[in-house]
Amino acid sequence: MGIHRCVKLVNKEKLKDDIFKFSIESEEMCNLAKPGQFLEIKVLKGIEPLLRRPISIYNVDKDKNWLEFIFQVKGKGTKILSEVEVGQEIDIVGPIGNGIFDIKNYENAAIIGGGIGVFPLYELAKELKNAGTKNINTYLGFRSKDFVILENEFDDVSTNLIITTDDGSYKEKGFAINKLKEDIENQNSEGKVPEVIFACGPLPMLKAVKQLAEEKNIPCQLSLEERMACGLGVCLGCAVKLSGTEDLQYKHVCKDGPVFWANEVEI
Amino acid sequence: MNTEVNLAGIKMKNPITVASGTFGYGREFSEYIDLNQLGGIITKGTSLKPRPGNKSPRVCETPAGMLNAIGLQNPGVEHFINEDLPWLRKFNTAVIVNACGSTVEDYVELCKILNKTDIDGVELNLSCPNVKEGCLAFGTTYEGVKNVTSQVRKVLDKPLIVKLSPNVTDITQPAKAAQDAGADGVSLINTLLGMSIDIHKRRPILANNTGGLSGPAIKPVAVRMVYQVAQAIDIPILGLGGIVTGDDAIEFMLAGATAVSIGTGNFVSPEVSVDAVKGVENYMRKYNIDNINDIIGTVQMN
Repeated sequence: MGIHRCVKLVNKEKLKDDIFKFSIESEEMCNLAKPGQFLEIKVLKGIEPLLRRPISIYNVDKDKNWLEFIFQVKGKGTKILSEVEVGQEIDIVGPIGNGIFDIKNYENAAIIGGGIGVFPLYELAKELKNAGTKNINTYLGFRSKDFVILENEFDDVSTNLIITTDDGSYKEKGFAINKLKEDIENQNSEGKVPEVIFACGPLPMLKAVKQLAEEKNIPCQLSLEERMACGLGVCLGCAVKLSGTEDLQYKHVCKDGPVFWANEVEI
Repeated sequence: MNTEVNLAGIKMKNPITVASGTFGYGREFSEYIDLNQLGGIITKGTSLKPRPGNKSPRVCETPAGMLNAIGLQNPGVEHFINEDLPWLRKFNTAVIVNACGSTVEDYVELCKILNKTDIDGVELNLSCPNVKEGCLAFGTTYEGVKNVTSQVRKVLDKPLIVKLSPNVTDITQPAKAAQDAGADGVSLINTLLGMSIDIHKRRPILANNTGGLSGPAIKPVAVRMVYQVAQAIDIPILGLGGIVTGDDAIEFMLAGATAVSIGTGNFVSPEVSVDAVKGVENYMRKYNIDNINDIIGTVQMN
């Protein structure tokens, strides 16, 4: 469960024209946070905009008690949030989510992310490394060179970092999923298939990752998003269809996720 | 200071309840607030058998409000009785079950079962706009409301509140039908039918295309309808629609509501309902009101 607090913005960085990294100070939230969880943020007091914005946690710095999140300005709410200045308080419920990344000391773990879906994968990679995972192969796909983000940060927490751009304007040309597939097939002959795949990104990428994981019989966790209202598990808005059930059944991104085992859900 | 109210035979320590579908069965909120502070809890719409609900997206934000088309996802009455009711009864707050069905027989069967349980009352949901059968189909005409309410009345000894839809020409008609069929109270309003379009995809945002509009955006419509119904019937009213503060609650009570429900406000912050209880008390102190019942329906029209 999360807590509801107004917490101070202690650092603010503009990573791109429309992408911001916020650091807030909260020992309580840092102690509660687990990789994969998110925050529900009320960007303004009052009734407009009415609902909180779900934003995933990028990094937990327990030395400083800083909780960091990165977001893209996409609409009215995130625009208002981007205008908060250091020293001001932000109204947050969190950290939220019971479905979290399965952190262990793997031999080989693969992480794949696309676009702004890469943000929650940093805390994951960092914690996998801390837990003693030997090989962390991270595949990040972006539209073009201008969209590449957090390259150095991911490099620090990965054994190998593979960056792809759709148009080939930076590093490997093509989709990250194709590089992952290639590597799994090549490693396969050497007996170094990843024991687990973690993914967060646009829906077509997640669908391809799920399919690949099923073909290769590799356990896979997906971080999902869906339009939500409460973030507490009561409005039942953020429904995800369960697979393998005879009757139609749903789970919910905020309460059961946001991270799900790929074989549990239909996306 | 007396904040106690009697809603349709249900005694409550204060007039603040939480609306069905915005509070689950209370567990999630119990981690953030003390449920003992609430006048009552109206459960998630509960049906005879479990219902899976609609496809996603089920919700989207609108100006000062939101649309939802959840589709009455719920685990069924058996699950409620076995898992949720014993837990809810540990708290000193009224428990009212929002009952929904697809046919008149469903409603009757469900209320027969609920009549044997330790709940304080039933809110009969004749107004969900997001399911294909039942609910709204019964809720928009005098005859429809009267028929299903009378059938349920025959099997239900507990307090019976009928939840009305605002998607009608004259809200007093279904309200009168509920009263004529022997209901102990009415609650209003449920959500207003709405639609939002994604202009980039040129499709409705909700998978269900349309959904129910709730939140502060609908409050003036709800206050008007509560006032109209209060003039037309004698049984008590549970008022709701866009309430987020104690002042909002007072507004509904002045219009004629005996008690109120906080709905979408619960999604804004988990403490909104208990803060509204304090807000009502602050209003009473400010205007030297000893008994909250003294303000019900006392609005002076211009």
